[in-house]
Amino acid sequence: MEITEKMVDYVSALSRLKLPEEEKTRMTAELQTIVTYMDVLETLDTDGVEPMSHVFPVKNVLRADEVQPSFPREELLKNAPGGDEEAFLVPKAVD
Amino acid sequence: MELLELSALQLGEAIKKGEVSIPEATGAALKAIEAQNGANNAFITVTAEAAMARAEELQKRVKDASSPLYGVPMAYKDNICTKGVKTTCASKILGDFQPPYNATLVEKLTAAGAVSLGKLNMDEFAMGSTSETSFYGATKNPRALDRAPGGSSGGAAAAVAAKECWYAIGSDTGGSIRQPASYCGVTGMKPTYGTVSRYGLIAYASSLDQMGPLCGDAADCAAVLDAIQGKDFRDGTSLSGDYDSLLQNLTGDISGLKVGVPVDCFGDGLNGEVRTAVLAVADVLKDRGAEVVEFQFPVMQYVVPAYYIIASAEASSNLSRFDGVKYGWRAEGYEDLADLYNKTRTEGFGAEVKRRILLGTFVLSTGYYDAYYKKALQVKAVIKRAFDDAFNHCDVMLTPVAPTTAPKLGDSLSDPLQMYLSDIYTVSLNLAGLPGISVPCGADKQGLPIGAQLIGPALGEQVVLNAAHAFQLDTDYHKKGAK
Repeated sequence: MEITEKMVDYVSALSRLKLPEEEKTRMTAELQTIVTYMDVLETLDTDGVEPMSHVFPVKNVLRADEVQPSFPREELLKNAPGGDEEAFLVPKAVD
Repeated sequence: MELLELSALQLGEAIKKGEVSIPEATGAALKAIEAQNGANNAFITVTAEAAMARAEELQKRVKDASSPLYGVPMAYKDNICTKGVKTTCASKILGDFQPPYNATLVEKLTAAGAVSLGKLNMDEFAMGSTSETSFYGATKNPRALDRAPGGSSGGAAAAVAAKECWYAIGSDTGGSIRQPASYCGVTGMKPTYGTVSRYGLIAYASSLDQMGPLCGDAADCAAVLDAIQGKDFRDGTSLSGDYDSLLQNLTGDISGLKVGVPVDCFGDGLNGEVRTAVLAVADVLKDRGAEVVEFQFPVMQYVVPAYYIIASAEASSNLSRFDGVKYGWRAEGYEDLADLYNKTRTEGFGAEVKRRILLGTFVLSTGYYDAYYKKALQVKAVIKRAFDDAFNHCDVMLTPVAPTTAPKLGDSLSDPLQMYLSDIYTVSLNLAGLPGISVPCGADKQGLPIGAQLIGPALGEQVVLNAAHAFQLDTDYHKKGAK
């Protein structure tokens, strides 16, 4: 699989990253090496093998539907880089 | 009494008997940290004052101590949430993060009477195999300061090896406890996926992440695991079941134990000195009554690609939460919301983290999902089946931990793929959810430690620890101090 700078641009946009030109060039080459190596998986026949996401058969884990205390708002907001006593603050997103 | 030479259990015993006070032990550890941290950079944060206060408080209640680790000073890898204590993940983006809660594991160890000395250095967001991607500078291997300690729990392995604490808690997504344990000459264990709650562990790859102990020996690992394992309703993937005391059942009796040697793990690419030292473990176990069987394990060439696809995919999703809004660092000079995200993430993450986010986003994106991500999940099923087959032949598997001893600082960063390949013996356990321990089993010509890995079937902690303990009863590699 060939990795182009255009693909890196696309994937960067999806990842909310904006790499400077120089970093993009280097990253493209590195990703090319890594992806080429990963293509070895093509040599393993997995026809009919069910993809496995979790190894243990744990499904639909539910807890008791009981009200638990939530974290104090001011405690959580202490870590926000932009924020006041009540909310996370971000630049205006909708005009 | 040479306090720092004691194992965690020996110190716990001495505290219980009143031969050593907890403040005395804590003071000795803090002094060791102060003397060595400038050189090895194992700690990111040292909580000296809080540790001494905690030690005094625990000493008052020493009569009521029930845990064998009561009062024993230790430290946490810096991706484990500690209430009110900076938890940076060795990153710039979480540089000032002070979690409003403790990880379940921290709560459990606190209840067992642990004294936390602080937070340990690591690769940024646990992504790396040398602890050199830390925003706070590389950790250095206490056995040879020009060498990497391994990673990503490099600070944890270094702190235990340099005797700055009696045990440490690390996390292991693809070998991040076992490989640094091997490079630093300490004993480190990744337990079965789901036995230790991940609540409060800052996620890298949720289906692979697991926390576990790095200690002086297998008995200490058993004691720590006894304190931290168990079902937790806050972690939906944690397993319920009987968690019998691993320490109490640690007999060292391995007569009739079948030790499996997968020949494919001893082929090309493995350093000769490492091969010899690891295979010699089989001989020691044989002398204690074990039976050694060889078999094929024909999936080794697929484990690293499958691992990096799955781990990167999950990382790209998990790390989307770091956006400069809810916590952590925020870039300056942004124009709008999208620009805030872009600038914060581009300037806030290091190169290796960005590489994995991009790789993970690529393997999950339309058009490539089937060829990479779905394929990797199928390969994971094949690898799991290979382990199931292997455990039809044996009770534990013996393999190397890493193909070489600790690399020189700087050598790994220049070639990411080469670094990924060095994880070949450890990543398969994470894919299959299995327990594994790294035990020191020798040194190369330069005096650098070599580690052997013992792997058990799911929930086979006891058999793994017993084999490791039996080996350590007959050898003293785990007791060899720094060079």
